[in-house]
Amino acid sequence: MSLTSTGAANPFGALSANGTESVQRFSRSPKPDPGDLGGELLEVSMGPHHPSTHGVFRMDVVLDGETVVKLKPVFGYLHRNHEKIAENTSYLGSMPYTDRLDYLCSMTNNWAYALSVEKLAGLQVPERAQYIRVITAELTRLLNHTCLIGFLLQDMGALGTPMMYAFREREKILDLFESLSGARMMCNYMRFGGCRCELPKHWLEQARQVVEDFPHFLDEFEALLTGNEILLARSQGVGVLPKDLAINASITGPMLRAAGVGYDIRKVDNYGIYERFEFRVPIGAHGDVFDRYMVRVLEMRESLGILRKALTDIPEGPIMDPKSKLRGFKPKAGEAYGRIEGPKGELGFYLISDGSANPFRYRVRPPSLINLTVLEDMCLGHNVADVVIILGSVDIVLGEVDR
Amino acid sequence: MDEGLRNELSKAGVFTTSLSELYNWGQKNSLWPLQFGLACCAIEMIAASMARFDIARFGAEVFRPSPRQADLMIVAGTVTKKMAPQVVRLYNQMPEPKFVIAMGACAISGGPFKQGYNVLKGIDRYIPVDVHIPGCPPRPEALLHALMTLQKKIEEQSLTGINRPRQMDPNQTGEFPIPTFGAHDLEPPSNPEVWRPIKIDRGS
Repeated sequence: MSLTSTGAANPFGALSANGTESVQRFSRSPKPDPGDLGGELLEVSMGPHHPSTHGVFRMDVVLDGETVVKLKPVFGYLHRNHEKIAENTSYLGSMPYTDRLDYLCSMTNNWAYALSVEKLAGLQVPERAQYIRVITAELTRLLNHTCLIGFLLQDMGALGTPMMYAFREREKILDLFESLSGARMMCNYMRFGGCRCELPKHWLEQARQVVEDFPHFLDEFEALLTGNEILLARSQGVGVLPKDLAINASITGPMLRAAGVGYDIRKVDNYGIYERFEFRVPIGAHGDVFDRYMVRVLEMRESLGILRKALTDIPEGPIMDPKSKLRGFKPKAGEAYGRIEGPKGELGFYLISDGSANPFRYRVRPPSLINLTVLEDMCLGHNVADVVIILGSVDIVLGEVDR
Repeated sequence: MDEGLRNELSKAGVFTTSLSELYNWGQKNSLWPLQFGLACCAIEMIAASMARFDIARFGAEVFRPSPRQADLMIVAGTVTKKMAPQVVRLYNQMPEPKFVIAMGACAISGGPFKQGYNVLKGIDRYIPVDVHIPGCPPRPEALLHALMTLQKKIEEQSLTGINRPRQMDPNQTGEFPIPTFGAHDLEPPSNPEVWRPIKIDRGS
């Protein structure tokens, strides 16, 4: 199959063997059969105000006792007309709106949008800007995955501590982003054909320091979590996503890789300058919540390798394509689809230009929404308490789901 | 009470206060926010409750998932027309005394999404807002500042007289009508008890 035959012979196999496989599996006792007790089904509406639905999201759950029989996700509580607003503003005018799509990782959203406009207008990105993009995107991946694991553990009942640890690391990365772009969360940093401003003085040293310290945090985090009996019991064998269903439902990102498919757009597309970096793509063996957790932890370790190399190799030079202009930007008529491997999966922007200053059609391919479509398949037969964890492991951000 | 006399008494180990001061002191230092995030600002709200900014210094770290146990609603993020009825309903379910902080440009006015068709142009159209924080998203420090502003406001409230807070007035209602979907927009488009459009006098 074309999905798995990318890259070298099998760049993923080695890691898979000592990745998620090396952790002991937790055996659970078989569930008592509800049988013919003759109970009634109960319909429960979880959300939109629910402490663990990661935003304003509702699930209509039909329960037999505590077992989920049917689940219907209800979206739209955060529909902010992103696409229509973008069609009514200039190309550059919707760059700040992309920050607010997936509000945990603004840098990768910027990159995906800039990439598709650059494809549309035929702009080249200078070497230094490419490196800055890789550095900021990988920092964003670290930030997203740490926060996600914090939230996931909060859903499992570890109130506070993992979140505190995750947010401590997040603040270090946000400090870097703030000194780079002036904003903590909504960076609005990339431009078509480069980046908005030059790195501040000593930024690279500070970034190197953060990257150097990060493995200590990861070790600490893993010592706390991986192998923790409660985490294993709550997450192993829960929310299993079969490989073929994952491919058919066009799931991307860590969810797909946890299901055992080695598909990473950084390897497949080689967008930016990712072919210069050597990194492995962790894949899971079971496709359950634990594998999704573990794949993300391993992915962070690989990102650190990319960051280390990028932070030493970054050359001097311009950061903007001299051909690109910020005012009066009108690409020629045509269409383009740019996609990157965002922390949550394939983030793509599809643009149709009619030669005017506004895009004629602007479409976001949100990884969160598409990964959410298999929620019911993963939740059926599990307890209602597991639904919260399964939803947490999908890694959704409602700004991106509803747009 | 005379300040000098109070000082003299405190030197002698006698603490004097008035009932309203004691009441306000207790109220302002134990504001329990509702754990309720809507959009981007919710992440900064969580960050404010974490170790670096530590909202616990102001007695407001106990985020309650249930509106029945909360005093303070932080409307953190964009309120869409689908979500506005739920926000008003949650507000109605909170027991008095209750306070509202509108966090971020969206909650104040619709913010960057104001031109869209589905975003409410400010939550203060439906519920009374005590403190507005501008910013997109506001920094956690800004949320702490808003909390301190709210504490100052609570400190100054009197329990009797014409300036007493709403919950002390038996004639005031603590519940507000929940908007519903009409043909084109939410019905009613605003609650006239808390918000009225500005009338511009253009002469005749």
